[in-house]
Amino acid sequence: MIRIAIKMLMGDRLKYLGLLAGMAFAAMMISQQMSIFLGLSSQTGTFIREMTSTDLWVMDPQLRFSEDTISLPDTALQRVRSIEGVAHAVPLYKGFLKAQLADGTRTSVIVVGVDDATLSGAPATIKNGDATLLRQEPGILIDERDMGTKLAYTRSGGAPMKLGDRISINDRDALVVGTYRGSPSFFWDPTIYTTYSRALQFAPRERRLMSFVMVKVAPGQDVLAVKERIERITGYAARTSVDFENITKAYILKSTGILINFGIAVGLGFVIGMIVTGQTFFNFTLDNLRYFAALKAMGASTGTLVRMVLSQVLSVTWLAFGLGVGIAAFMGHFLAKTDLAFLMKWEVLVVTVGMMLVVGVVAALISLVKVLRLEPGVVFKG
Amino acid sequence: MDTLTATPTIEPGAKADRPVAVYCKGITKTYGSGQSAVRALRGVDVDVRTGELMMLVGPSGCGKTTLISIIAGVLDRDEGECTVLGKDFKVLGPSGTTQFRATNVGFVFQAFNLIPTLTLAENVAVPLLINRVRRADAIEQACEMLKKVGLGDRTKDIPTRLSGGQQQRVAISRALVHKPKLLVCDEPTSALDHVTGQKVMELLRSVAAGNDLSLVVVTHDARIFEFADRIAEMDDGRIVSMTTGKGHQHSSFDASHAK
Ligand SMILES: Nc1ncnc2c1ncn2[C@@H]1O[C@H](COP(=O)(O)OP(=O)(O)OP(=O)(O)O)[C@@H](O)[C@H]1O
Ligand SMILES: [Mg+2]
Repeated sequence: MIRIAIKMLMGDRLKYLGLLAGMAFAAMMISQQMSIFLGLSSQTGTFIREMTSTDLWVMDPQLRFSEDTISLPDTALQRVRSIEGVAHAVPLYKGFLKAQLADGTRTSVIVVGVDDATLSGAPATIKNGDATLLRQEPGILIDERDMGTKLAYTRSGGAPMKLGDRISINDRDALVVGTYRGSPSFFWDPTIYTTYSRALQFAPRERRLMSFVMVKVAPGQDVLAVKERIERITGYAARTSVDFENITKAYILKSTGILINFGIAVGLGFVIGMIVTGQTFFNFTLDNLRYFAALKAMGASTGTLVRMVLSQVLSVTWLAFGLGVGIAAFMGHFLAKTDLAFLMKWEVLVVTVGMMLVVGVVAALISLVKVLRLEPGVVFKG
Repeated sequence: MDTLTATPTIEPGAKADRPVAVYCKGITKTYGSGQSAVRALRGVDVDVRTGELMMLVGPSGCGKTTLISIIAGVLDRDEGECTVLGKDFKVLGPSGTTQFRATNVGFVFQAFNLIPTLTLAENVAVPLLINRVRRADAIEQACEMLKKVGLGDRTKDIPTRLSGGQQQRVAISRALVHKPKLLVCDEPTSALDHVTGQKVMELLRSVAAGNDLSLVVVTHDARIFEFADRIAEMDDGRIVSMTTGKGHQHSSFDASHAK
């Protein structure tokens, strides 16, 4: 009877296509919004993820996210270095600073200062050499993606920044000695790498403090044990990259309302899908009520009718899911080539399937109530 | 029992010696309650013999549809006794009754009720599919059945491309494909013109003749009375007369004549 049921539905082209379109739209909306959300929330951790050279980030316990401005005293570095299990520890500066281009274009930049001696923490994707480029005074590395956009000479026609150009950071002279290939980050401002000591010169006086101490754990040492030791002895917080990324993500999601906004969009897709699907399918059921009544009279059991109605809805649900997610993925494919966030993880598919199944089952239930309540006696009525 | 129940002029009919397929005594049915209550049946006594074609006639609203609905097990009676093929639906319960209908009862409706998006073969196969016959077997048997009613070359067609008479023949095929013991037909000819109606009745008649199938046919159409073994006339929720028809004379009709 399941094939019969599906044929009944597919034979009604208009309703079938309406149902398919409604459900596909819902699936697309749900999966697309979730993917953008995941993309955005993943981009909050770009900086932390790219800092692969560290095992632990030591920071002020009150620091809430990677761009927060609470710093450590200079003494922190020595204190951390003296802790058992720490192979080496280097300072890292990170701060928002004002910058001005040669043509007077003003912008704000994120300056990252890496340890002068080891240059550990400098980007791994430098195009025209390696981190030692920073030995040149007063060298900085810029993201090649920013050259023609965020660091372009907007005031004088928009020409891109080039290697060898000079830029003034907080009224201090800086020289573009190299470019690297960064990844899109939630924190919009261009990220500029330099050495730790140079970064301190750029930074305003009161900010001459360390943002983080980056710790490499000695071989054979348990990272978590070292983390606990650092926290116990220094009173600072020591976090693995994963932990740090998580608190950053949680803070951004909480403080920006991003989660709520995307939640609303996904919820809307869900509700619209539910309404359209429920409505269209209910109309289909009403149109076919006399056939359902005839089937009931002919001895179709409750179980058979439930299977029929469910298979009608679910046959559309799967197709609509594929279609909707396909369209979303197709759009995402093009988004992925830009800096826009789009991350369709398998979780997106699972949640979308789950939501679509709920939509389908609810639509089916509404119709089923109608079908099951039908008195078979009505078959003989006109 | 209601004192108004006149003793109907019941004639035994040509098949009075056959076993009883449907037995009803003192059946009542009231729709609704209070002010709006409608007493559709006020004590109906009737029996249908195996292999018999009984017609139910009477003015509109007299309770014909109500009675066959109860006999077919799609409507619950209020009072009285009713057994069909020895079974009482009140004892069988709802799901037992559903199962009973699936195996033992065939339905022919005035409005055909063929599912428009299915082929003729699929429509006819539905009762078999309900009885969990494998799809391929069901379709094969459905085609056989369609061949018997002269539509063997249209099995893959859809119902709406057929004339009314052809659609009713498909409906009859569907009603018979699972070899039921009881066939109930509500106004099977009233959507058809006279000649077509006659042919449909000839078909029904010939089907009834060959099997131990009992038919109950509700009709307004006096021109088809000749096909009945017995005619039960109803009025105001009762059977008021029972006459013997000439149906047995038609027993020699063959399905191949019904074109
Ligand atoms: N579901 C229902 N609810 C209320 N009253 C009903 C219902 N079904 C039938 N009736 C009433 O019961 C009475 C008998 O109805 P029934 O349909 O059995 O008559 P009928 O003899 O088949 O009439 P017709 O020849 O017009 O088909 C009528 O008065 C009808 O209005
Ligand atoms: Mg009627």
